Amino acid sequence: MGAGHGHVLYRESDSPVHRLPPEVKIVAMVVFTVAVVATPREAFWAFGAYALLVAAVAALARVGPRWLLSRALIELPFVLFAVALPFLGAGERVEVLGLRLSEDGLHGAWNIVAKGTLGVLASLLLAATTTTRDLIVGLDRLHCPQVLTQIATFMLRYLDVLVGEARRMRVARISRGDDPRFLWQLRGFAAGIGALFLRAFERGERVYLAMLSRGYTGRMPAVWQGDGAATAGQWLVAATVPVLAASIAATAVVLT
Amino acid sequence: METLAMHISNGIIDGPVAAVFAALALAALTGCVLRGRRDLDDRLAPMAGLVAAFIFAVQMLNFPIFTAGVSGHLLGGALAAMLVGPWVGALCVAVVLVVQALIFGDGGVAMLGLNITNMALLGTAAAYLLIAVLLRVLPRTRAGLAVTAFVSAMVSVVVASQGFVLQYWLGGTTDLGGNLAGLAGTMAGVHLLIGIGEGLITATTVLTVAKVRPDLVYALRGLRSTSAPAVPVVGGVR
Repeated sequence: MGAGHGHVLYRESDSPVHRLPPEVKIVAMVVFTVAVVATPREAFWAFGAYALLVAAVAALARVGPRWLLSRALIELPFVLFAVALPFLGAGERVEVLGLRLSEDGLHGAWNIVAKGTLGVLASLLLAATTTTRDLIVGLDRLHCPQVLTQIATFMLRYLDVLVGEARRMRVARISRGDDPRFLWQLRGFAAGIGALFLRAFERGERVYLAMLSRGYTGRMPAVWQGDGAATAGQWLVAATVPVLAASIAATAVVLT
Repeated sequence: METLAMHISNGIIDGPVAAVFAALALAALTGCVLRGRRDLDDRLAPMAGLVAAFIFAVQMLNFPIFTAGVSGHLLGGALAAMLVGPWVGALCVAVVLVVQALIFGDGGVAMLGLNITNMALLGTAAAYLLIAVLLRVLPRTRAGLAVTAFVSAMVSVVVASQGFVLQYWLGGTTDLGGNLAGLAGTMAGVHLLIGIGEGLITATTVLTVAKVRPDLVYALRGLRSTSAPAVPVVGGVR
């Protein structure tokens, strides 16, 4: 894998969603998420509508439901938090399956699970259709300060450096008779973490100096930026999802 | 009670509070950008990238804590403050959080302001205040540096976790009634344990770097040439 091209969650494809410029997708995703969060939790139908929107975009992007759902497990710790809420919450109690649960807590749990899941799905869709390089180009075009995009660029490049060094050090340990298994591996890892950092830094520093000597000024060259910024048409196309979401949210607010 | 990873996901804190903290985080980050730009020279730029990458990788390691199905992870604020200074350090952690939220779905996008406030701002600020004080108080030996790194990392994790409690108190979507103190206690307890792990990793890393390349440790910059009483002012060693 070339540095900065794909990442674990990227799904190589040529769907209409993949072809949209990254800045458009970022804005759409953020607006969509904000709309979801702003929706009152009692408006159950609205969350169904959001789920349909997500499903439609996923279908357009040719991302399968199985892939999406298995990756969505990342929010599991928060689902656990949500499960605890009906027991901990204050206020009215209701009988559910013989348990006396807090009504407010039940609503809260639903709120977290529904909004959390929709948010995770939205960002997974962004991840599946956008390379890390495009993500940074998008942030840059959205006038994110250069210091930040610079740190982000290096972070994503150095991740590979870090993983590579860790792998080399592990091979070195094994070839010297270490037997890394689950828990015992931790000790060797912990002892080597400082060395890992330093090795990765020195490698990274060489990369950086090489970039400087080839004319790097803190911003990636124009070639990197690809085919230019989004056109008005592309903004319009991508706006359909967040605009729909915002109108659902607005309707839900008015109705409840 | 069970829970919690540090990344707040969508729907846990209500919208208005999230918006207020987003504005707060934005303002603070703007300040960091302005100050950080001055700090970010040829030596610090690759370091900032590596620190961010390191934090990114390390945040993926979740500590399972056996008693209650709780898991939490390292934050890296102290490491960042130590190696690249508070301004760039906060930016590094913030970048990690933004990228995680955008492409890994870890922490809700609408909750980014809250997450950044806790981990990037509160965590790094607490760590740097402690670093600035401890480095002056403790003897300038390797042990002193190790203790500084350990303590500041541990405290910063606990402080960041209490940031979440504050936010939950202000705008939690479910009223926990009297359980809020319980939440604070659990968060503090769990994160004290995480803090120990974080402290160990931070101390080992900082010590190794300080041994081989002391020029790379931002927190030591003012202190190395100590013929004149170099006073580390809070918020930037000059």
